[in-house]
Amino acid sequence: MNKNIINIDNSLVTIKDLSVSYEKDKYAVKNVSVGIKKNSITAIMGPSGCGKSTLLRAINRMHELYPNIKTLGKIYLNDEDISAIPSIKLRRKIGMIFQRPNPFPTMSIYDNVIAGYKLNGTRIKKSKKDEIVEKSLKDVVLWDEVKNSLYKRGTFLSGGQQQRLCVARALAFQSEIILMDEPTSALDPIATAKIEDLLVELKKKYTIILVTHNMSQAARISDYSMFMYLGELIEYGKTKELFTNPVNKKTEEYLTGKFG
Amino acid sequence: MSMITISPVILIIIKLISKGIRQINLDFFVSVAPNTLEAMTAIANGEIIPGGIVNGITGSLLMVILASVMAIPLGILVGIYLSENQDKFYANIIRNISEILQGAPSIVLGIISYLWIVINITKGFSAYAGSVSLAIMMLPLIIKSTEETLKMIPSTIKEAAMSLGVPYHKVIFKVLLPTGLSGLLAGILLAISRIIGETAPLMLTALGSSVINFDITKPTSAVPLLIWEFYNDPNLLDLVWSSSLFLMGIVLMLNILVKRIAKNRRI
Repeated sequence: MNKNIINIDNSLVTIKDLSVSYEKDKYAVKNVSVGIKKNSITAIMGPSGCGKSTLLRAINRMHELYPNIKTLGKIYLNDEDISAIPSIKLRRKIGMIFQRPNPFPTMSIYDNVIAGYKLNGTRIKKSKKDEIVEKSLKDVVLWDEVKNSLYKRGTFLSGGQQQRLCVARALAFQSEIILMDEPTSALDPIATAKIEDLLVELKKKYTIILVTHNMSQAARISDYSMFMYLGELIEYGKTKELFTNPVNKKTEEYLTGKFG
Repeated sequence: MSMITISPVILIIIKLISKGIRQINLDFFVSVAPNTLEAMTAIANGEIIPGGIVNGITGSLLMVILASVMAIPLGILVGIYLSENQDKFYANIIRNISEILQGAPSIVLGIISYLWIVINITKGFSAYAGSVSLAIMMLPLIIKSTEETLKMIPSTIKEAAMSLGVPYHKVIFKVLLPTGLSGLLAGILLAISRIIGETAPLMLTALGSSVINFDITKPTSAVPLLIWEFYNDPNLLDLVWSSSLFLMGIVLMLNILVKRIAKNRRI
């Protein structure tokens, strides 16, 4: 395996020899070691079932929700072993966006943004809430579209708007990392373009890890790219280099559309 | 074809209205059931039978509320357990038991409640014993509807809450239950409409009473019990029709309400 890790020190998230299995001796992720840089977009690519979602979910320990999961290896967040952080606290630091927009259907747009505080029972002042809601919605460029309908249900919005609302919900918690699991796969091209512009804007403040099926999306917006195949990390490097000059033959075959 | 299937319902309603509407007046809702003598005199004078079913209405209300207080929280908790642990060994056992319970003849549940409550706890027929038998009938219905409702909520909603670092129990009580609220409500109303007309288990437990009673340790009447009593007294036969009309009306209204709620639900 070509481990081509870019300078594992000096990364925000460091993954060391991570293996995850759902069943005995069947590994969804095998021996992955990688360092993720602050204020960048890192894309994880690969065909279906290559373990990219599992790798992403391991970072905020969401993969632990599946039964019979077994994890080997370590993940460090700012040099802190995440298995030592209670999963609830960890997830508050790391936001996550899913394939399909999933605003809470019973909540208004306003409540959706501060859902993290509301559901955790964190009491904050009304003025502080207003401030968080406005700032988060401005960060995702949704404020102008919804400022007059903040108390309508989030599910009234279009798919693209809902997905931006979900990003705002993740940002409202002051998380530094945002994990995205194919965030545009359920959206039309215009909504996708808006989300992509948003991600490029957001990386100034946040670190984004993006799982994508869509190679051209990775090429367009990511700074670093990983290519995974059958649970293994085949190649990792600067997106430009990986796309123009892949080291591994498998990567080249994937990028040229021979499989996947 | 569809006309054939709905015709029994329509025929029943027409019959109930034509025979029962005569007796439905203010008195019907505010007076207790009349005795045979009063009824006989009224019939002899060509008047309608005086008195009503208020002792039955209050009794039914008392027992349905008591049964709901017992069955709803327990049923919802078990429903949550089943939907969260779909293929676990114990969940399958509980699911099967609940399904068997749903098929149990209601009179058997009445006998069980008679043995547990009438003999051992209230030492006599009582509203409490009646409501226990009704609660056992409600339980499987509420478990089933809760489980089905929660299963229909997309797992992404739960994941969204988990990814915000919300503890598991709060995800359930603050996200899943509110999201499925209309489904739970529909299930509860259906269960109530199912038990409100039950007669057999109440005969062995609540027995009946000719006065309004709110003491849960005393025998209590209920609308279906009154229908049975009226039927057994030739002079009170007219009241059978009006009480049945009333009961049918309540059940129909509950069902329409359920349809309304189910129509408005969106996940």
